[in-house]
Amino acid sequence: MKVKASSPVRNGSLVEMEGITKVYGMGSAAVHALGGVDLRINQGEFVAVMGPSGSGKSTCMNILGCLDVPTAGTYRFQGIDVGSLSRDQRALLRRNYLGFVFQGFNLLNRTSALENVELPLIYRGIPARDRRRRAREALDVVGLTGWETHTPGELSGGQQQRVAIARAMVIAPDVLMADEPTGNLDSTRSREIMELLRLFNREQGITIVMVTHDAEMALYAKRIVRFFDGVINAEEHNGADQL
Amino acid sequence: MIWETIILALREIRRNVMRSSLTVLGIVIGVAAVITMVTLGGGATAQVKAEISSLGSNMLQMRPGQHMRGPGGTHSQADMFEIKDAEAITREISGLEAVAPLVSASMQAIAGNKNWSTTVQGSTNAFLQVRDWALESGRLFTDAEMISGKAVCILGTTVRTQLFGNTDSLGTTVRLQKLSCQVVGVLESKGQSTFGSDQDDFVLIPLRTFQRRIAGNNNVRTIYISAQDGISTTEVKESIERLMRERRRITAGKDDDFHVRDMQEIVSTLTGTTRILTALLGAVAAVSLLVGGIGIMNIMLVSVTERTREIGMRMAIGALEREVLMQFLVEAVVLSSFGGLFGIIAGLLASLAGAYLLGMPFILNSEIIVIAFAFSAAVGVVFGFFPAQKAARMDPIAALRHE
Repeated sequence: MKVKASSPVRNGSLVEMEGITKVYGMGSAAVHALGGVDLRINQGEFVAVMGPSGSGKSTCMNILGCLDVPTAGTYRFQGIDVGSLSRDQRALLRRNYLGFVFQGFNLLNRTSALENVELPLIYRGIPARDRRRRAREALDVVGLTGWETHTPGELSGGQQQRVAIARAMVIAPDVLMADEPTGNLDSTRSREIMELLRLFNREQGITIVMVTHDAEMALYAKRIVRFFDGVINAEEHNGADQL
Repeated sequence: MIWETIILALREIRRNVMRSSLTVLGIVIGVAAVITMVTLGGGATAQVKAEISSLGSNMLQMRPGQHMRGPGGTHSQADMFEIKDAEAITREISGLEAVAPLVSASMQAIAGNKNWSTTVQGSTNAFLQVRDWALESGRLFTDAEMISGKAVCILGTTVRTQLFGNTDSLGTTVRLQKLSCQVVGVLESKGQSTFGSDQDDFVLIPLRTFQRRIAGNNNVRTIYISAQDGISTTEVKESIERLMRERRRITAGKDDDFHVRDMQEIVSTLTGTTRILTALLGAVAAVSLLVGGIGIMNIMLVSVTERTREIGMRMAIGALEREVLMQFLVEAVVLSSFGGLFGIIAGLLASLAGAYLLGMPFILNSEIIVIAFAFSAAVGVVFGFFPAQKAARMDPIAALRHE
């Protein structure tokens, strides 16, 4: 089974959500995490997703990242109806088109930065030599040349997040999903990380969807989507260039 | 991909050397125990076989009475043999090397002021041939001595040492009850038998001498027969049985009142016993291998729980369910195979040491090594599957959120 990206992207929309709802649990214990979300993200956008805890932004991110499927509504990724895909098909979609950056970095302990970055390439079946070269390049782009053999324990938080970004970027994804990437970092490191993300967005045209609590970080994005009580209640476009 | 998975597993094991080695300790001990037990058992079997064949592997033994299994048997109702029986066997049956009629009794052997309680065997030179015995010094009995029942004897080394120490015994006289025998030969030492008795502790005198001067009758208690090399002892046994039934006038349908035992039979009985013992010990050792497997499962479960976030991350970056399953399964199998490998090395060293200490031959059983290794790998598959499946079925979102 292969998920191919050759399907035409209509109107430049990379992802399309229509009337997405998500309900956890059943009957009286049911929790409505999303109550009808419509969202389009075009190729090359940098979207910040904001909202208080429990507003549904994480659930929406999980669906956008093809980690979860909606209860109702349609979600198309590059025109493919994700809701109709099996668990493994969604995994292949993530493997080939999506990069993930997490708040807690989620690097392998006691494993070198290089090996961490190589990991997605292993799942893609890239030969070792090629893999190493690409991982090195990715680490170079995030400014970690010379740190390849260091393990996460030997790296600062900011450096660890750079390794994580390199891991996400090494597959040259269509979309980078960042879930509070600066949540565990101080403001200086946070700004560095955001600069890096903006660089990827501008120079390589990578579409970035980022969840954040921090208004300052959200300003790096071109567009801010605000969630409240399971629906999108506000959208803003900012001229992010002044920062 | 499988190669990558193995490398990944090795990396994972390397990340946790201490825990990994403790985990496989159970397997190491299990495999080592199995290998040691089976190897030592094999050595013991081989030793028993070798010692029995030193008695003469193509030897048969005929005694009056039925072959009794179990205790309390008595042969007393059946008639004894006579020299004529031995002669008839020699005459009638082909393919024989030697036939030795034998009578024996326990008594005191006295020489000078020393005495020693021993067994006196009355037989012919053929007895030494059948039992594969060689002279150290002196000579065998002459035909004349045999026929006339002269008072001469050949000593086993134990008797010689007990009665004469290091002095020369040839030509001296040994008194057996009222019979004074001249020592004409001394045998080479054979040492202890498998059954722990001293094989060198006897005095051999001519059969006639024994019958006339000690027993006072013409009875022959046992007849030893040795077949020529390449002659089936089973066939010889059958022909002897046929001949003896005829000679003892046993009508068809009646049981034999004598029995012929084949050394091969004794060998297989004894080696059968050691084999059963080996199997039992091996089974006990296999249980410890099983316990080792449970240890692996335990640690793999801990490892899966501990690495929940890692599993979530792997799934997020696109690992398939079966890839996660394979990762943990391969990890368990690699772990247990390592355990098997070290267990084999430890087991071989232990059995080498054991064989050396117990004075047994070290016999490398390549079959059990292969089996033990395969079994340890199988333990990894069986006990690694459940934890691996647990990992593979995780929800990536919940796994990523796991603290």
